[in-house]
Amino acid sequence: MMREFLTGGLLHGLLGEAQSSVWMPPEASTFASDMDPLFYFILYLCAFFFVLLMGATLWFSLKYREKTPGQRTSPIKHNGRLEFLWSAIPTVLLVVIFAWGQKGFVSLATPPADALDVRVTGQKWNWTIDYPGLNKSCGPTSVTDPVTGLQGLQTDFYVPAGQPVKLTISATDVLHSFYIPAFRLKRDAVPDRYTGYWFTADEPGVYDLFCAEYCGQQHSEMRGRVHVLTDLEWRAFLKSSRCPTLNPDADDYGEKLYEANCKTCHTVDGSPKVGPSFKGIWGKTESLADGSTVVVDDNYVRESLRNPNAKIVAGFAPGMSVFDSGKLDDRAVNALIDFIKSLGEGGDIK
Amino acid sequence: MATTTVEGALAGAAHDHREPSYIQASSGLKAWLFTIDHKRIGMMYLASVWTFFFIAGALALLFRLELLTPNLDLLLHLVGGENAAMIHAKALDLYNKLFTLHGGLMVFAFIVPSIPASLGNFFLPLMLGAKDVAFPKLNLASYYLYVIGASVVVYAILGAGLDTGWTFYTPYSTTTGTAVTTATLGVFIMGFSSILTGLNFIVTIHKMRAPGMTWNRMPLFLWAIYATSVIQILATPVLAITLLLLVMERTLGIGIFDPAMGGDPVLFQHFFWFYSHPAVYIMILPAFGVISEIIAVHSKKHIFGYWAIAISSVAIAIISFLVWGHHMFVSGQSEFAAVLFSFLTFAVAVPTAIKVFSWVATLYKGSISFTTPMLYGLMFLFTFTIGGLTGIFLGALAVDVHLHDTYFVVAHFHYVMMGGTVVAFLGGIHHWWPKMTGRMYPETLGKICSVIIFIGFNLTFFPQFIAGTQGMPRRYATYVDQYTIYHELSTVGSLILGVGLFIVAIYLLVSMFKGKQASDNPWGGASLEWATQSPPIEHNFHDTPHVDTDPYNFPNIDRSASIGHH
Repeated sequence: MMREFLTGGLLHGLLGEAQSSVWMPPEASTFASDMDPLFYFILYLCAFFFVLLMGATLWFSLKYREKTPGQRTSPIKHNGRLEFLWSAIPTVLLVVIFAWGQKGFVSLATPPADALDVRVTGQKWNWTIDYPGLNKSCGPTSVTDPVTGLQGLQTDFYVPAGQPVKLTISATDVLHSFYIPAFRLKRDAVPDRYTGYWFTADEPGVYDLFCAEYCGQQHSEMRGRVHVLTDLEWRAFLKSSRCPTLNPDADDYGEKLYEANCKTCHTVDGSPKVGPSFKGIWGKTESLADGSTVVVDDNYVRESLRNPNAKIVAGFAPGMSVFDSGKLDDRAVNALIDFIKSLGEGGDIK
Repeated sequence: MATTTVEGALAGAAHDHREPSYIQASSGLKAWLFTIDHKRIGMMYLASVWTFFFIAGALALLFRLELLTPNLDLLLHLVGGENAAMIHAKALDLYNKLFTLHGGLMVFAFIVPSIPASLGNFFLPLMLGAKDVAFPKLNLASYYLYVIGASVVVYAILGAGLDTGWTFYTPYSTTTGTAVTTATLGVFIMGFSSILTGLNFIVTIHKMRAPGMTWNRMPLFLWAIYATSVIQILATPVLAITLLLLVMERTLGIGIFDPAMGGDPVLFQHFFWFYSHPAVYIMILPAFGVISEIIAVHSKKHIFGYWAIAISSVAIAIISFLVWGHHMFVSGQSEFAAVLFSFLTFAVAVPTAIKVFSWVATLYKGSISFTTPMLYGLMFLFTFTIGGLTGIFLGALAVDVHLHDTYFVVAHFHYVMMGGTVVAFLGGIHHWWPKMTGRMYPETLGKICSVIIFIGFNLTFFPQFIAGTQGMPRRYATYVDQYTIYHELSTVGSLILGVGLFIVAIYLLVSMFKGKQASDNPWGGASLEWATQSPPIEHNFHDTPHVDTDPYNFPNIDRSASIGHH
């Protein structure tokens, strides 16, 4: 019941409540409510000047079209007053737009003191969202695309409505960008650096989450959903079993690590994806791109995590993310090795 | 009488004695391939840049067809693989390569050299009253550097492929397995072509103006080319250095941009946009120049605000070096930098606005003929104004946080680059076609095509503004269902646009051989290129022209009217 409540139709039903328009998607954060008036101000101002200019162009074109060959034309070459006006008026308007735009932007850098801390980490091609102190970590979950029937990953991001949330954003491999159109917010996720913004979601519902900075093959599939929860739903979420943090002592630690870190590119059913499948790979002799061979053992798996481009299996392209000890410590590497072992040895397949 | 006197040309016309044109001067492939005549080099550039335009355009049509539906379909049929997941992944890779090739070729092989290298090469010496550019052999060398560089890029992409986007952002570009090193080498070589052409033009304008051609008598097209050349010389080396650093990182493992090697990925963006933002003005300033010529000549009226237009080109060239950070508002650069760059970005909008106002004012009390070039001129006012105005949204910091890296940006730069530069280029080609080839293009067909292109262009790119404000990110091979309608409209528009451009290419090619003979001055232009025969003789003018008035002094202008009257 609770599970259905959190993932199912009810939240989708609420989606309609957030207002959308021809120009803008649903508006679900206080930043969106602050920013949209500026957007419309610029839109109407531009529309006014566009109609003015095109009206003049059309009027002059028709009125002063060549009616007789050699038609006389005006000797006007310039007009100081007019030129001053059409330089000065846009300048003043642009300064107003600048000032308004920077005000909203600068406010993103100063979250309120009571903001909920959330860490967002981008990796090819999904997000991990950690809630420090709340014992929650939302990794990607498997979804089946209803049209293609293919397995994909999706990140679900849960936030409470009405409470400021501060995001600390980073990436493990290449640039990504954490973009929530309904909040009108994005910021690049940069490896080896923290960026971020804060927001207060004010409209419960489910919204799109996109990666907005090109990051390679599955960039367009690095999507997710943002669930803005009511107070009641948020408390239910905190108590639920959703988004558990990984427990190194649990039996399925290796499998969980696989799901969070490897699944995007490596299957466990024997079919190759971006990289080789893990099924039956243990103990197998792989041919490498440079013509040599390697036996898949503890050291090879470890090297492939720490220095992925060192030995590329023939038929696959380099480009895997580096998993250093900060991302996967020794215990995690061991758990992953045990998980890969459990998928059967190369000898078994033959 | 206060008109330009070109003694040689007028005398030649009076005696009905025509010398062989630059086309007839010598024949054979070798005479073209080794020519140092700026007009022939200009024509070779024209043919080359349009070849790349059509290749890159065809790629765009291919991925627009793919984008007709939210999920992959067309591209799935173009790749093979062992299972559905693998085919899907390969189709995604193919999409990424297609948009990279489209952007890379359009930017580096088409739009950067487009107007300056073709029309600029052909008309700069003619409009100055010079016999050639200052360094004719260097000019030919620039052309071959361009051809070699563009070929290397095509080779890189057809060979191993390239999937970084035209921007080569790190650390993706330092880690991807595709042909980054080869492709950047190609761009690096093309950069030298750009630098040498700019240098050549600057020296030519400074040293080779005809007697009496003072700076205030220079056609505005030349002011625009001058400002462009300054940017080419100052900005392009930075791109070359950046790409070299990228190659060093990839091949030698020296950590500069990749954080895994202790580098700074955002540093690359600073370097890249330090070139690429001024480069946006390399792409658009020449178009401004073409539009100034077209609107004045086809209105038979003195350009309004000559100095305002000329100086605003130079102002744009200077300010363009100080706004690169507006591509990085959400990159994680400091808030202070973002605020500063936003302010400077609005500063660059003012001289651009002044130009548009001046062009519209030029129409006032003119004698406007709706020729094909003029239709492109008017189309430019429409599409470029939309392109310029939508830049204001992106310059406003809080709004950019939403619109950055969405289809709004895609639509904005296509309105500027295609609605601006390509439309002006088309206008310029029609305007100067009689001079370049000695033949007229078919006027009625020309007008019809300009309308087809207008409709196709707006249908392609206007819906993308709305897709963008609704949140559709760029560079997506697949998308969520709510964006389908915008993509459908856009794809239909792109096909209409493609048909229009294709017909233009065909009739221009046919008219080179079968077109009606053009007179020396079919539009009644008053600048020097119209004072020699069509096509011009090999050395441009029989005798060095003497200039005693400005280039917009048309015979139609009513000199009896008082200046202040309006």
